[in-house]
Amino acid sequence: MKIKAQVAMVMHLDKCIGCHTCSVTCKNVWTNRPGMEYVWYNNVETRPGPGYPKEWENTDRYKGGWVMRNGRLHLRAGGPISKLANIFYNPNMAELDDFYEPWTYDFKHLHESPKKENLPVARPVSMITGKYIDKPEWGPNWDDDLAGGSAVVPMDPNVQKIQEHIAMEYEKTFMMYLPRICEHCLNPSCVASCPTGALYKRDEDGIVLVDQDACRGWRFCQNGCPYHKVYYNWNTHKAEKCNFCYPRTEAGLPTICSETCVGRIRYIGVVLYDADRVKEAASVEDPKELYEAQLSVFLDPFDPEVIEKAEEQGINHSWIQSAQESPIYKMAMKWKIALPLHPEYRTLPMVWYVPPLSPIMNHITNEQELSADGYIPAVDQMRIPMEYLASLLAADDTAVIRRVLLKMAAMRVHMREKTVGGGDKLKVSKLLEEAGTTPEELEEMARLLAVAKYNERFVIPTGRREMDDGLHYKQGSCSIEDLAPPEGMTTYPYERNESQ
Amino acid sequence: MEQIFWWTIFPYICGTILIVGTFYRFIFRGKSWYAPSTEIFEKKWLRMGSVIFHYGIIFAFIGHVMGVLIPIRFYEAIGVNEHLYHFGAIAGGGLAGLMVVFGLVVMLIRKFSFPRVRVHTTLADYFTIVLLLIIAAMGTYMTLIYSTTVVAYEYRLTIGPWFRSLFTFQPLSELMIGIPTLFKVHVILSFFLFASIPFTQLVHMFSFPARYPTRAPQQYRSRDGYDKS
Repeated sequence: MKIKAQVAMVMHLDKCIGCHTCSVTCKNVWTNRPGMEYVWYNNVETRPGPGYPKEWENTDRYKGGWVMRNGRLHLRAGGPISKLANIFYNPNMAELDDFYEPWTYDFKHLHESPKKENLPVARPVSMITGKYIDKPEWGPNWDDDLAGGSAVVPMDPNVQKIQEHIAMEYEKTFMMYLPRICEHCLNPSCVASCPTGALYKRDEDGIVLVDQDACRGWRFCQNGCPYHKVYYNWNTHKAEKCNFCYPRTEAGLPTICSETCVGRIRYIGVVLYDADRVKEAASVEDPKELYEAQLSVFLDPFDPEVIEKAEEQGINHSWIQSAQESPIYKMAMKWKIALPLHPEYRTLPMVWYVPPLSPIMNHITNEQELSADGYIPAVDQMRIPMEYLASLLAADDTAVIRRVLLKMAAMRVHMREKTVGGGDKLKVSKLLEEAGTTPEELEEMARLLAVAKYNERFVIPTGRREMDDGLHYKQGSCSIEDLAPPEGMTTYPYERNESQ
Repeated sequence: MEQIFWWTIFPYICGTILIVGTFYRFIFRGKSWYAPSTEIFEKKWLRMGSVIFHYGIIFAFIGHVMGVLIPIRFYEAIGVNEHLYHFGAIAGGGLAGLMVVFGLVVMLIRKFSFPRVRVHTTLADYFTIVLLLIIAAMGTYMTLIYSTTVVAYEYRLTIGPWFRSLFTFQPLSELMIGIPTLFKVHVILSFFLFASIPFTQLVHMFSFPARYPTRAPQQYRSRDGYDKS
């Protein structure tokens, strides 16, 4: 048993309001510089929709993640030998237009325009070429809130799978928000795709990082990640990715996306897992069993044997204590209401999602009198098709989604009964049995999901930097100092044109 | 004097710049060491140009090892006569040369014709492509046309021993006196290209990730100076 600690995140989609505050603060901190302006370490997608980059879930095109071939785990895009043969041209890599061409506006024209009959306009200017773009055709969150409708929604690979269920009439359609960051997988395919070995998983906290000195820009990580969360900086010619705001988490602070989340949907904590069992768990033949297999690699932080072994292997007490108080352990492993995104990619992702409840499609008459049992069929008639959620979060296994939604519904029924009263007797209802839960568990859940304070949502042990040399020197320094200003250009083409 | 400069002094100057410059850049400017891909901006022309060029230049490199580094005695020992050698050199070398030239032309056109690529092409990129193109075109011409129509020049008796003698620090510059001008220019430009390597993106050729197939797929690394206890 090789015990490792991993920082992980849960996003409670029921609470996401799609405000993009996470994306904006992340952008301002990490990707606000030449070469990275098309990059969003954190983005919020409206689903159904093509996502960012377009159709990132289309594994036939980008060939990300792992597949089972002849009972063995292989990179879908090909192993080391075929990668070396393809090193001069990566056939599966996305182009800039799959993200979007970043642009700014010719604001200067507003100041310098001579007096005219018509108002001057600020035309869009490409940040890549410095030329005017007559008509931007795609941009960040171009498809926000189902904008583009029936022209854009069918680009969603999950929709293509369940075509017949998706109605685009306004009265029948559905949508949800899906905030995404790097999954910091236990079995990361980006790391395995890197010819140089520049990508690595940090031993102490499991954060997946790119060594900027070692990266040679071969670009296989870009599409090797099935979530498309490794990006090519066209200015420094190296890969960059979400780093889980490690300078913050090392100080015990949550990532900037979590810190600023308006809906407080994000939870961060530590989980302990057995690194020796990761490959085995990722190699389960049936994709539908991957979720349970993934759960089986995590260790109970209260088990005395696990504690003893963890301490033996150098995991210090504050990390073990954090693992015991971890909101992630509760939601993903204990209550099993948080699910991994696309477990079928076999990377064992470590950002977990509580699926959203949605309005019930059929009109329920006299809701006050609705019995708790009445919620059992109602869960099957929610506006967001169970097949769609299952395609995102459970490798098409609707039974998993149904169980989670039942539990969430049971929690609502129980808490309403408890606080407002006047309901039915949940204790005798079949809902509890069907959801496989108890009133005590539901109350604990309601506490963490609804009212938990900052220090309950974010249980992050520090990275013990106090032992480092030169801390005083490092104070106020920038972790991307070498990259911004980068080796490449420091002024944009459009800025150059201005000075001429 | 001229002979000593071009065939003794100049090669060592170029070699020194190559070695010192490359180590300097690797150690002190590590973040500028990369394969300068513009694939994100354009894919179709890159596939045609880059793949053919790179495979071509690998074949051409192997060909130069066979022609310049391996002594003629070796071929005599294994029974490859002059006729057979030249047939192989013309066919293989000619094909490699054509691949290199074709790939470079495609890549050069690509750099001009796609605005996104053109904006991010530096002077060093143009310099490298144009210089490579000149050297490769000369090499291809010498292999395919000069050696079949003018004279099948036996460089294994002059350029080969001279080049090898550079590595033993006893340069036989007198061997280079009588060789055709075309060959002289080809060699001088090549050394000039070697000297330019540390200053251009050609350094990426030293980073071919040959160890990739043998390493573990998953990499774990501890933070520098992390004290777990």
